[in-house]
Amino acid sequence: MSDGVPSLSSQNEAVSISNLRKSFGTLEVLKGVSLTAKEGDVISILGASGSGKSTMLRCINMLEVPDAGDIRIGGETIKLKRGRRGMEPADQRQVDRIRSRVAMVFQSFNLWSHMTILENVIEAPIHVQKRPRAECVAEAEELLGKVGIVDKRNQYPSHLSGGQQQRAAIARALAMHPKVMLFDEPTSALDPELVGEVLRVMRSLAEEGRTMLVVTHEMGFARDVSNRVVFLHKGVVEEEGRPQEVFGAPKSERFKQFISSHR
Amino acid sequence: MDFVFMKDTFLSLLSGIPLTLNLAFTSVAFGAVFAMLLALMRMSGVRALDAVAQAYVFVFRGTPLLVQVFLIYYGLGQFRPTLQAWGLWTFFREPYWCAVLALTLNTAAYASEIIRGGLQSVPHQQVEAARACGMSRFLLFRRIIFPIAVRQALPAYGSELILMVKATSLASIITMMEVTGIAAKLISQTFRAVEVFIVAGLIYLIINFIITRIIMAIEWWLSPHLRHPPAVEPRLEAAHV
Repeated sequence: MSDGVPSLSSQNEAVSISNLRKSFGTLEVLKGVSLTAKEGDVISILGASGSGKSTMLRCINMLEVPDAGDIRIGGETIKLKRGRRGMEPADQRQVDRIRSRVAMVFQSFNLWSHMTILENVIEAPIHVQKRPRAECVAEAEELLGKVGIVDKRNQYPSHLSGGQQQRAAIARALAMHPKVMLFDEPTSALDPELVGEVLRVMRSLAEEGRTMLVVTHEMGFARDVSNRVVFLHKGVVEEEGRPQEVFGAPKSERFKQFISSHR
Repeated sequence: MDFVFMKDTFLSLLSGIPLTLNLAFTSVAFGAVFAMLLALMRMSGVRALDAVAQAYVFVFRGTPLLVQVFLIYYGLGQFRPTLQAWGLWTFFREPYWCAVLALTLNTAAYASEIIRGGLQSVPHQQVEAARACGMSRFLLFRRIIFPIAVRQALPAYGSELILMVKATSLASIITMMEVTGIAAKLISQTFRAVEVFIVAGLIYLIINFIITRIIMAIEWWLSPHLRHPPAVEPRLEAAHV
């Protein structure tokens, strides 16, 4: 089967990772993780710090390059080759193309500090996707309205609260028309009273049927919004299933402990 | 103090300003390009390139500019036949180009460190966000890294520009008639060193005052994100209220 042609079996499959391995130096962070997200899935990825959950997410858009394993996005396998310093992407243009379809929302927002909120949102659509500016601006204003900060469009990230910055970052991600959205602990850097506004936006995205992979510590979100929960422990999937199942009757002892310490 | 004499001196020295500014801006312009190259070499991760750039910066920062000017102007004259064979003699024969070359090589060494500092100060997270959007390396540099680095490096680069304006006075040693060169000539004619040098100093002060203001204006223009936000977002509807 040639790369890039979706096979029948991968229809409706948005992201599939299989047997993912990744080490940093001598520390093996991922020890063979597999996970498949179908279109419209909202998967919460839970785990203690150091369990490898962020690394797994970052491998999906090649911010970390896995040592072994396959990553398939929309049926297209990311090609890797062995370089001088371990594995590296075989085709950087393929990676750039895939990245423009897999949007990421970061823990610390990572908005571009020298651009206004509006400029942040239209930057990649104009310069990466080469869409006409007027169209991008109109859509950006609509997206900023959707996340409730259209009145901040001409301000700079440093002028906004954390919650507002994260909502701007979500608008920036949406502007790419992503097939999949990755959230890397999107509320962990926020003051408690600002968490709700970001979770509300994420919940509305889930209700639209967007495909989302969310690394989070928010048990409420995992339980109520996601349709699958994955619990990572020391680089392996320790528990996986629908939220009612895993929260109602956890099979793994470690997941039980994890839930009881996170309420 | 003879104020009439000082006024006449001032008017004579004004004619040296174009050459002073010419030397300063030409060498800073060439130097900036060279400095960027050196900074990229230092950050390339290739050990040989890094070592060459580091050695260059060490030599040109560690020796006096006056010595460099002498070496280029007088020293290269010894290799005249070789330079003529290479067709470079028309270039090194001119004191103007020798001065520009010395100033350029010197400022490039300092500026490369300023640029490197600016590039290194770009927050890693913002680079990562750009990569995650699918930006190519060139686009990432052009749209994110360079604009942020420039904002960071500008104050230090402004000081470098001022240092360069002052350094052009060394070109007078190799017969350049810029402000200091004219001043030296006036002194040899009148023997009134104090008045002439006070006026010459004043002229440098005025030039650098203006340059400082211009750089401050550019900084202000480039950094709205560091100022307080406008208290109220301007609204069109406000007219009806």
